[in-house]
Amino acid sequence: MKVRPGAIDCDIHPAVPSTPALLPYLPDYWRDQLVNRHIDRSPFVLTSYPPNSPLSCRPDWRPASGLPGSDIDALRRQALDAFGTRYAICNVLHGAVALFNDDMAAALCSAVNDWTAKELLDRDARLRASILVPFASPEHAVKEIERLAHDRRFVQVLMLVMGDALLGNRRFWPIYKAAEKHQLAVCIHAGSTFRTSATYSGWPSYHVEDYVANSTAFENVLVSLVAEGVFQQFPTLKVVCAESGITWLPTLLWRINKEWRGTRAEVPWIDRPPADIIRDQVRFTLQPLDAPKDDPDKFLRTLEHIGSDRVFLFSTDYPHWHFDGDDVLPDGLTEETLQKLLNDNALETYPRLRDAGMIAAGKTHTSNEKI
Amino acid sequence: MNAPVLEKSLQQRLAIVDCDIHPDQKSPATLAAYMPERWREHAKTFGLRSRQGLVGQLTHPRMMANGRRADSFPPDGSPAGSDLGFMRKQHLDPNGVEVGMLVALGRNGMEEQNQDFATVLARAVNDWQIEEWVKPEPRLRAGIIVTQENPQEAVAEIERCAPNSSFRQVIISPRTTEPLGRRRYWPIFEAAERAGLPIGLHPAGASGGFPSTGSGWPTYYLQEHYSFETGMQGVLASLVFEGVFERFPKLRVCFIESGFTWVPAVCWRMDKHWERMRKEVPHLTRPPSEYVREHFWFATQPIEEPEHPHHLADMIGWIGWDRLVFSTDYPHWDFDDPRYTFKINLTERQRAMIFRENAKALYGLQ
Repeated sequence: MKVRPGAIDCDIHPAVPSTPALLPYLPDYWRDQLVNRHIDRSPFVLTSYPPNSPLSCRPDWRPASGLPGSDIDALRRQALDAFGTRYAICNVLHGAVALFNDDMAAALCSAVNDWTAKELLDRDARLRASILVPFASPEHAVKEIERLAHDRRFVQVLMLVMGDALLGNRRFWPIYKAAEKHQLAVCIHAGSTFRTSATYSGWPSYHVEDYVANSTAFENVLVSLVAEGVFQQFPTLKVVCAESGITWLPTLLWRINKEWRGTRAEVPWIDRPPADIIRDQVRFTLQPLDAPKDDPDKFLRTLEHIGSDRVFLFSTDYPHWHFDGDDVLPDGLTEETLQKLLNDNALETYPRLRDAGMIAAGKTHTSNEKI
Repeated sequence: MNAPVLEKSLQQRLAIVDCDIHPDQKSPATLAAYMPERWREHAKTFGLRSRQGLVGQLTHPRMMANGRRADSFPPDGSPAGSDLGFMRKQHLDPNGVEVGMLVALGRNGMEEQNQDFATVLARAVNDWQIEEWVKPEPRLRAGIIVTQENPQEAVAEIERCAPNSSFRQVIISPRTTEPLGRRRYWPIFEAAERAGLPIGLHPAGASGGFPSTGSGWPTYYLQEHYSFETGMQGVLASLVFEGVFERFPKLRVCFIESGFTWVPAVCWRMDKHWERMRKEVPHLTRPPSEYVREHFWFATQPIEEPEHPHHLADMIGWIGWDRLVFSTDYPHWDFDDPRYTFKINLTERQRAMIFRENAKALYGLQ
């Protein structure tokens, strides 16, 4: 069904149109490096999202030229106006995070974030954004969070679900500490830096296999966050699983409770059933809605299995192709659930969305707010 | 590790087919008797070589008694599952096991890196299953262990063993060196299909070279144990998307020790994304879920235990009541006790299907 105006869209994907667009945001050294080594001629597109794949862009949203999501005017029209969106959170899935050179990755992430502030956030007051961090290097990631935390239009920190280590690992904790301190959520988004294969039996042949496997990566990352005690250490931290799918969640909740029952002596810091921890501190964006479209009862049963309507955040996943027309919501939701899904859950998850005014310190930007 | 809630309608005497029983050797010398002298020496001198960092020890230490039920060690202190008399007394008799399917883990060829040794090990463990388990205990059936990384030898072993009707399936490790649906493994599927035997996939202890998750290695056994399930989702997707069932329309696959409530969601995901990307996999003629419905069976252990038990019935309904086969995982620590496994009221028909009839049909058991 259609979404009503005023919703908060927690996952849209603007794209940096080309690498040269980042050059003005880079320090001299890195600008020279990119130009001299012709790195600026590469697009930094993640293998997880081949730009011409049907998943990467809905046909009627596909630009005549350029990367999907790279035209901000089209984005405003298609992603914001069309759905009457109040706020939309920009997750710029830039390939910098896949580099092995942590310093180069960090410089490019900073450039992407500064580009985001200037080219997106300054141009439309409905937009909010994630701080893209070179998450393989928590030291750099924390510096970037600290650099941008004053700009409250950045509402979360962005990482990919598949990197070189499970995200509960203690080396990542400084990122969570910084995020919690600044009232930023941590967004774990689908996708991989291809440090290891998406499956435990090797590299899949097909893109569709890789994409399906994202949900298993989310399962393992959530199990990792729980097992390592991240949620005890950072009790006000919110983790947002973006583009994760949803229907695998009942199995996760049931299995992780049972695992804990059998292994709790190994992880004595877990002080209550993990399913309760996940319901309290983890959120999931709506699209791609991976329940059968032609049998709405299956999704409603799945919601009942999950046992909480606080865990979902509305998203279109623009411009990725998961639904057609304005048919972005599942059928059969109650008014109470809709209100949570479209607004309340996001406001609870993102303290920065509750700010009055939402004007970044020291910044001016034109107001294009429609609602 | 089931929560101790008795299934409400459990009144009748149990008569079950247990699709996951792990026999073990008394000592490394047990298998030596089934190997040529050259390999006995090799086994003694160099031992097993698997892709993990410790000899004879798992790098995610298990929770209790090295992964065994603490009460499952025979009185003489020999390894759990190594004494047929004790297995009868502790499991087969009291739990009403009518047929028990052996899954011989540990010292077998599946995880051995030396390919020639792997072949010898697989043969030895197959002969050992017949001589020391199936012959003295007619309730038991064997699984043909094959060296999946050496498909030529795997096929030879299937052909050697299949004429003995005590072998009811072909067992391979899901932790392969390439996703299992890829063509290098197709000769194994061809041989299994020709022999009319299902492929049984059971989590193995050691990796085929890849971390247990798409994001690297787990820290804790809690996580490693969880990854049995996510790993199997990848295996299932590989078998489906590579078109294995288009090529082998009679092939049947049983996933053992991976639970099952994850199956509907992965089927929905595969269908949804296949719809968009079907041009990438034009060799599929049907939605992925249809191959799963037709070609896959799932052994129940370790059964998922929803907070509201009746939710389990939704899941079974979506998978198909005819596609679950009961398993205990005896003598492992996360054993599902047939008296406590289901916390929902099964109808007599459902009970008969899951505890006996589905497995009898899958494995052709008399």
